[in-house]
Amino acid sequence: METKEDILILAIESSCDETAASVVKNGRGVLSNIISSQIELHTLYGGVVPEIASRKHIEKINQVIEEALVGAGVTLEDITAIAVTYGPGLVGALLVGVSAAKAISFAAQKPLVGVHHIEGHISANYIENQELEPPFVCLVVSGGHTHLVVVKDYGEYDIVGCTRDDAAGEAFDKVARTLGLGYPGGPKIDSLSREGDPDAIKFPRAKVVGSDYDFSFSGLKSAVLNYLNSCEMKGIEVNEADVAASFQKAVIDVLVRHSLNAVGEYGFNKFAIAGGVASNSSLRAAFETECGKRNIKFYHPSPIYCTDNAAMIGVAGYYEYIRGTRSGYDLNAIPNLRLGER
Amino acid sequence: MKILALDSSGLVASAAVVEDDITIAEYTINHKKTHSQTLLPMLDELRRMTELDLHTLDAIAVAAGPGSFTGLRIGSATAKGLGLALDIPIIPVPTVDALAFNLYGSGGLVCPIMDARRNQVYTGLYAFHKGAGQDARYDMCTMEKQCAVDIAWLAGRINELDRETVFLGDGVSVYRDQLAELLRVRYSFAPACCNRQRAACVAALGAVLYEKGIAGTAAEHVPDYLRLSQAERERAEKGDQGIDR
Repeated sequence: METKEDILILAIESSCDETAASVVKNGRGVLSNIISSQIELHTLYGGVVPEIASRKHIEKINQVIEEALVGAGVTLEDITAIAVTYGPGLVGALLVGVSAAKAISFAAQKPLVGVHHIEGHISANYIENQELEPPFVCLVVSGGHTHLVVVKDYGEYDIVGCTRDDAAGEAFDKVARTLGLGYPGGPKIDSLSREGDPDAIKFPRAKVVGSDYDFSFSGLKSAVLNYLNSCEMKGIEVNEADVAASFQKAVIDVLVRHSLNAVGEYGFNKFAIAGGVASNSSLRAAFETECGKRNIKFYHPSPIYCTDNAAMIGVAGYYEYIRGTRSGYDLNAIPNLRLGER
Repeated sequence: MKILALDSSGLVASAAVVEDDITIAEYTINHKKTHSQTLLPMLDELRRMTELDLHTLDAIAVAAGPGSFTGLRIGSATAKGLGLALDIPIIPVPTVDALAFNLYGSGGLVCPIMDARRNQVYTGLYAFHKGAGQDARYDMCTMEKQCAVDIAWLAGRINELDRETVFLGDGVSVYRDQLAELLRVRYSFAPACCNRQRAACVAALGAVLYEKGIAGTAAEHVPDYLRLSQAERERAEKGDQGIDR
């Protein structure tokens, strides 16, 4: 049962191609988590089309919010504050959630808390790991982001590494498209890899000069393309499963190496992953093994909390609310919002 | 009947509260800031200045399109949030119709034009006729329903109807010279006080539509873009062949 002292956050997320709403109790209890995915629609176009995503968000937004309230067994009256993703993401998509959240906050007279999408992904780890508290190191990997983050405290982050070009998930999508696997690439490459030899082809592990923790995946993507082209020219039949497995291994090797170096340097014995690519089974297995060897506690959210969802925004929104963060009615969508900036 | 109205379809952001025949408040801004930054602070100001209890509202009227896709969504998402929280319906008001309502009672044709890019305008043609009822009002008759067309087609249609026409809207400055060249009828341009979107007009026309039963739930409301997205258009042109690999 909810009591008066409980803090209930109604959270809204619309930064890319999922329209989502959730009610979260006291920062850790997910009372409802509704996600309306547009993925099938975007599959027709081989990737997310911003204008179509925005149109779909406005169709679904109220229905998703209403389901989240009903699913949680609460009314808007019971809600303490409204949390909403205001960046980073697709500006037109973000604006739907931000505009609706502001209007609800205004009409229901509830405080408004703007939440950073990446902060949401990191916070997803708190949902199923009640004992997890900062500080720890977190790797955020998704279609749009590759960030290595030191979580100093709730709401306090240092980005120690990020990608210089493609996000990890983007590289998965592009390689999957080249192999004719379709969109979204991550899950397709993950499953095809299981039938392939990850050591069959030697793809490069890129190092970014002058930075221990930054990533670069565009060279790897080109190496895969070159490999496929040279096979075609030489008339060699391509084993697609081997390509997928070898490519995936190259991505994972770099992610694991940088992440664990950071955990070592910053001296925490806790490491978490987050974001859409965090549901990749080989990535999880690699971290499980490597963290085990080093006696580092490894945390990862269930796939449903890895994908874009509003429960994670509710968790992050709770901690921001507790810290006193409040957003005004002039809150705008910020497509390239940096973590830790307001 | 008390209506809160919003219009963020073009460059103007406008909000109003109208009760029956009285505009209690209207706030219009035509400035650089994005609607996302202005619209809610404007509503908040309206509420404070008029000590408005939002729970006394009967409906939200919103300029539902056509217009800037993002602008329409900011207005509609705001209306949907308000409708959800207050549990009241949304009246979707056609943007061009509401613009025409600015010039209620005009003698000739009223022609709003909004720049729709790609050498087109969002437009429509309207005329005001004395209503049959006892209450001394005009009915707004639609001669051309709101649409996206080439400016030359529009000029041709007006020449065909052969009636004096008054133009308004943000398309005027863009197409003034072309209209001068193409038109064969007498015409004029509306002055600054009534040549852009005004939420009080959205509310007033909204009340007329509401009486005709044109209102829906906040959940089902969507903007009427009048156009497909570019990706859908290109896909349709290619004949639904799926994606290129």
